[in-house]
Amino acid sequence: MPLAEPTQTASAPRPRPTKKFGSRATRTAIPAVNGSLYAARTKIQPQAVRGTFRRIKWALLAATLGVYYAVPFIRWDRGPGEPSQAVLLDLDRGRFHFFSIELWPQDVTYVMGLLILAALVLFLMNAVAGRIWCGYLCPQTVWTDLFLAVERLVEGDRRERLKLDAAPWSMEKIALRTMKHAIWLLIAWWTGGAWVLYFADAPTLVMQLATYQAPPAAYIAILTLTATTYLLAGHMREQVCTYMCPWPRIQAALTDEHAYNILYRDARGEPRVSAKQAAVLRAAGQPAGDCVDCFACVTACPAGIDIRDGLQMDCIQCGLCVDACDTVMAKLGRPAGLIGYDTEANRRSRAAGKGRVSHVVRPRTVLYAALVAGIGGFMLYSLATRSFMGLSVLHDRNPLFVTLSDGSIRNGYTVRLSNKRLGERHYALAVEGLPGARVEVVGGLAGDLPVPSNATQEFRVLVFAPPGAGPTASVPLTFRIADAATGETARARDSFKAP
Amino acid sequence: MADTANPGKPPAGPETTGHEWDGIREYNNPLPRWWLYGLYATIVWSFGYWVLYPAWPLVSGYTSGLLGYSQRATVLDEVEAVRRERDARGQAQLASATVAEIRADPALLRLALATGKAAFGDNCAACHGTSATGRIGYPNLQDDDWLWGGTPEAIEQTIRFGARSGHGEAHLGDMPAFGRDGVLKRQELEAVATYVLSLSGMPGVAGASVEKGAEVFAGNCAACHGEAAKGNPEMGAPNLTDPIWLYGSAPDQVVATVTNGRKGMMPAWEGRLDPATIKSLAVFVHGLGGGK
Repeated sequence: MPLAEPTQTASAPRPRPTKKFGSRATRTAIPAVNGSLYAARTKIQPQAVRGTFRRIKWALLAATLGVYYAVPFIRWDRGPGEPSQAVLLDLDRGRFHFFSIELWPQDVTYVMGLLILAALVLFLMNAVAGRIWCGYLCPQTVWTDLFLAVERLVEGDRRERLKLDAAPWSMEKIALRTMKHAIWLLIAWWTGGAWVLYFADAPTLVMQLATYQAPPAAYIAILTLTATTYLLAGHMREQVCTYMCPWPRIQAALTDEHAYNILYRDARGEPRVSAKQAAVLRAAGQPAGDCVDCFACVTACPAGIDIRDGLQMDCIQCGLCVDACDTVMAKLGRPAGLIGYDTEANRRSRAAGKGRVSHVVRPRTVLYAALVAGIGGFMLYSLATRSFMGLSVLHDRNPLFVTLSDGSIRNGYTVRLSNKRLGERHYALAVEGLPGARVEVVGGLAGDLPVPSNATQEFRVLVFAPPGAGPTASVPLTFRIADAATGETARARDSFKAP
Repeated sequence: MADTANPGKPPAGPETTGHEWDGIREYNNPLPRWWLYGLYATIVWSFGYWVLYPAWPLVSGYTSGLLGYSQRATVLDEVEAVRRERDARGQAQLASATVAEIRADPALLRLALATGKAAFGDNCAACHGTSATGRIGYPNLQDDDWLWGGTPEAIEQTIRFGARSGHGEAHLGDMPAFGRDGVLKRQELEAVATYVLSLSGMPGVAGASVEKGAEVFAGNCAACHGEAAKGNPEMGAPNLTDPIWLYGSAPDQVVATVTNGRKGMMPAWEGRLDPATIKSLAVFVHGLGGGK
């Protein structure tokens, strides 16, 4: 897997770390020929950092989890007999409620459109600033961040956790570990619990769950999601991104040298020397890098990599190394941004003593943005102008027509009427394109066909061509329904067959 | 990601597996060990699956597994459960309601139409065709021409007892064999055939006299078919003025009918089908479009 390797080597020679920091350092220490194809995972214990990106991540964590856990409890009055939950996937009745929007199974094209839109937004994000999704918004990142925060709260920061890992089992260690896993399981259970609330009336389901009256599917879903959340966010963490997720591979094929990514500005950082030595060198007018090799960026990394090795597949671009490095630079009195968002083209240009060369507005970002705007606009338009009534017509396959005793021709059709509004509606059915035609509905009146609230109704419809004046060949026929109460109409085309 | 900074220069550091193909070496990026254990776990799982579920094809059949699971059995169970539920709900109501009551209740009407459609395919389609359009000698049930009446009640009656079926309450009444029995001569047969065809504007036998046919009709046929040849459902005598001809409208077909007579038989279904099914069939046939 050569993809996973560092892509950028510093211009000046630098010492390789001899101490083991995270899995990558461990990995590179394996001798060539004797190296096993499998290795035990080295647990990563990231150091807490403070800074701009950490604050952004906390805010996004609160916002996304808040939306996830709270949305099922938002109420939305739709009238009697209809669910009063704002966002509800009603699988039994085949309806998706989203505030005032109600989608039927045949509206699944909107879901397809949303998925296309999501993919394009991901492409756009990637073209502008790399893996924004991975670093800030992906559920795996958000829940892992939450689980890390719990771990830090219970067991302390990196140093204490490493010490605890190495310590022999004691009452204190057992107590701390039990507490950590208990809180993790609680969050995991809550995650699964919130998931099922999107599929049934939330308050009712909460009561059912509490009294062990809920349907088995709810318990199975909760158990499954509890297990996956606990496992993926608590134990698997960065391995999900490195080994399981397809997006790092896809984004590697989509990216270009003008996309902003978190980069180590090696031209400024190298050669790495201690702060004291740098002061001496600078006083003597000799070059000295800003990087003091303090490993703050490495210990802060939740993926366990060294950002100074360059852009790499394991990097989720979370920005925590930027915060870590800026903190150190501030202490040393050097300018911030030794590690920061930049493009590969800019990095090279700066290394050559020139300025910024990358622009956010370039053909691929414009194309992605235009596609997002176009598809999004089309979807909004079609949603705003969609019909709340519908009919589909199916001509009898056999017989295609029937000759009656007075010589007139009759055609039979199966017509399904849909009512996407609440409350029963009455449609008037008529045909166009066959002068003098008579319409009859088996078990109903063509001028007054009742369709129940939020449902469809099938009718058998007979159309008679007038005797002597009927068509002598197949002619197109348009069925038209009208709701006198709202003035809405809908049409469907079929044909009238004749000998 | 390719090395855009230093093309041609191998990245420092990573070790290789020691494998080399035509100068291409493979980096060693060891997988986590649990990944390997995951592979072993799936292998163990597959052995369990082979034992419990259908798995291996044999020469004639397959290993069915200890659980005896099959998707077909599951589907059949589900279909049976739905059928039982439907039966419990609707069939009792269908059995107790009259045909008129069924037609007045939209829910019951829908059930009767569905039940009738299924029963028609099983019992009636052999003669009347899958789409009830009939064929020579077997009436088209889609049109509005009815030998024994086209009201829902009349249709129910016909289905229950049949026509010339031998049942005590069956419809009776034959078309006599006017030619074979020597009542009419060849010329008269052709004349009367030409006359009745002319009633619906169709060509008759070349050279035959319509006037003579009208005389013959008044003397021999009007008793059953009526003075105006409009037919009589009491006797199963068809209307001869419409363009619908059960035994064909070609002149020689009509001549054959008058010569040899006709006695088509509709079996009695009472006792063979339950009342709910018979009523459903009547509602369905009436609802095909031609019902009165």
